[in-house]
Amino acid sequence: MASNNRSPISRRTWIAATSGAVAAGLIKTQADAVKLVAQEAPTPPDDPTKVPGRFTSEVGVRAPEERPRRLTRSQTLSSSSRTPLQELQGTITPADLHFERHHAGIPDIRAGRHELLVHGMVERPMVFSMADLKRYPSVARTYFLECSGNGGGAYNRERMPVEITPQALDGLLSTSEWVGVPVKTILNEVGADPAATWILAEGADAAVMSRSVPMEKIMDDSLLAYGQNGEAIRPEQGYPLRLLLPGWEGNASVKWLRRIEVTDRPTMTRDETSRYTDPLKGGLSRQFSFFMDAKSTITFPAYPYTLPDTGWWEVQGLAWTGRGRITRVDISTDGGRNWTEAELQEPILPKSTVRFRHLWNWDGSESLLVSRAVDETGYVQPTVQQLWEARGERTAYHNNQQRVWKVGADGAVTFGLGDLV
Amino acid sequence: MRRLGLATMVLAIGCAPAGSSSAGGSADGAEPPERFGFGSPASAERVAMWDIDVKPDGEGLPPGSGTVAEGEQIYLMHCIACHGPTGTEGPNDVLVTQEPWEEWPAGRTVGGYWPYATTLYDYTVKAMPQLTPGILTADETYAVIAYILYLNDLVPEDAVMNAETLPAIEMPYRDRFVPDDRTGGSVIR
Repeated sequence: MASNNRSPISRRTWIAATSGAVAAGLIKTQADAVKLVAQEAPTPPDDPTKVPGRFTSEVGVRAPEERPRRLTRSQTLSSSSRTPLQELQGTITPADLHFERHHAGIPDIRAGRHELLVHGMVERPMVFSMADLKRYPSVARTYFLECSGNGGGAYNRERMPVEITPQALDGLLSTSEWVGVPVKTILNEVGADPAATWILAEGADAAVMSRSVPMEKIMDDSLLAYGQNGEAIRPEQGYPLRLLLPGWEGNASVKWLRRIEVTDRPTMTRDETSRYTDPLKGGLSRQFSFFMDAKSTITFPAYPYTLPDTGWWEVQGLAWTGRGRITRVDISTDGGRNWTEAELQEPILPKSTVRFRHLWNWDGSESLLVSRAVDETGYVQPTVQQLWEARGERTAYHNNQQRVWKVGADGAVTFGLGDLV
Repeated sequence: MRRLGLATMVLAIGCAPAGSSSAGGSADGAEPPERFGFGSPASAERVAMWDIDVKPDGEGLPPGSGTVAEGEQIYLMHCIACHGPTGTEGPNDVLVTQEPWEEWPAGRTVGGYWPYATTLYDYTVKAMPQLTPGILTADETYAVIAYILYLNDLVPEDAVMNAETLPAIEMPYRDRFVPDDRTGGSVIR
């Protein structure tokens, strides 16, 4: 910014603040003066090289212009909030912007009093404090978490507005580096019966939310997680301890974990029968549909952005699969007629999000941007028509259809409802 | 894991004594134990205090019983504000339906969708009433379940729910629930 735009107000403020404060005896050192001005400056200086900056602080805050916010829908006990996908960089979700889904609010739990009970088909029923659990060999892994209802709104087009952001549509998706103990370590500790085939995981929230999980997953890569992005798990994500089932629907990664029962059959809890089951055509309902299949969405350009100009733009987005690694993301700018392979940002981690990029020279004509993820099993993110054919038209969980964004001739971007070729 | 990392680092800078380290070993020469022993034994009382879930075969159901008539009183006191006078009005979850599940379920109601009656006990005793969860006694829980089942035409007006009768109820749509057949690969399911 040009220095001749310097605001006379800030200079006046400085003089008034310092002279008045000196007279009042509030400023004894240069540090006092800096602190006073930094705290009281109503507007940023026109030239930051001419005004001393702030001191260090115990906890940082975002720049004043950066105000990413979760999208909350209703203030009820069973509710959710969504991650602002279109405002984030890279793949890691800041912990305070991780999506939320609670079934009876966020419990107030003190780590010093929290315990995990492990019992059932075990040789030694045991209780673990958080200090006990943290003494076990730990691992850190970067995984996405996604609610199986994420994006369900797009499955039924009649109910779907085109003025919808990636956050409002797909914001029940976040990625973190999780730190914790493999569940199998603890099951080894208690002497789990080899004949056991399931566990029941139960939370310490007011819903005592619980899910049955197959032992195969538990012994594969499941974690008892207490760390998230370098710090303790946030209360909204299950402080101080949660189950973390990489690549599986978020609900099964039980938060505020207080109990694991080793068993030989599912418990058939409310959230694996009445909820999180997927009605199919033909009068059936799919149960224990844990895997999150390959999915992607463009986060830029997307609603509410308007491209101000033709020319080169970097189309960006996220791709992920619960079945391992993303191997390819294709981009179409013409509604799926022609596809080009996008660039994938390394490292491509299994069961994590990957950022894709595609340089696009927009000629100013109406365009339909589509992304299509492919994973290491050969699965190709389907069109909504393929899903309707397979499942019928009235389900909503696990909707991983190809997302379409329409760029109008005026540059305005909207969700491409009904526009996929 | 930390110990393995240290051992690897020592080897990498080339000053480890010969034979002091091997894969899975540690810098001080000790192998990690089969079990670490961190944590405390859980007493039978402690397990019983938290082991409140109920399995589909009735395992976990406590002694006690309740009737439809008793359940109506519990419902009027604790449930009606969120679930409505007949279990259909909301504002929270609709509990009751008389509509059959043909191609698509009419809702995720007890009578129109839920595959196991025992889930009612497991959920109610843990999570309901929403603002005062866990206050219902076993008798009260059996009773209100009897009433909800009655509203769904699943039990007669003189039904008594207890640890024997509840798991014996055959929910009409249990066989509609099928395992996940998605496998990745080229087939869209």
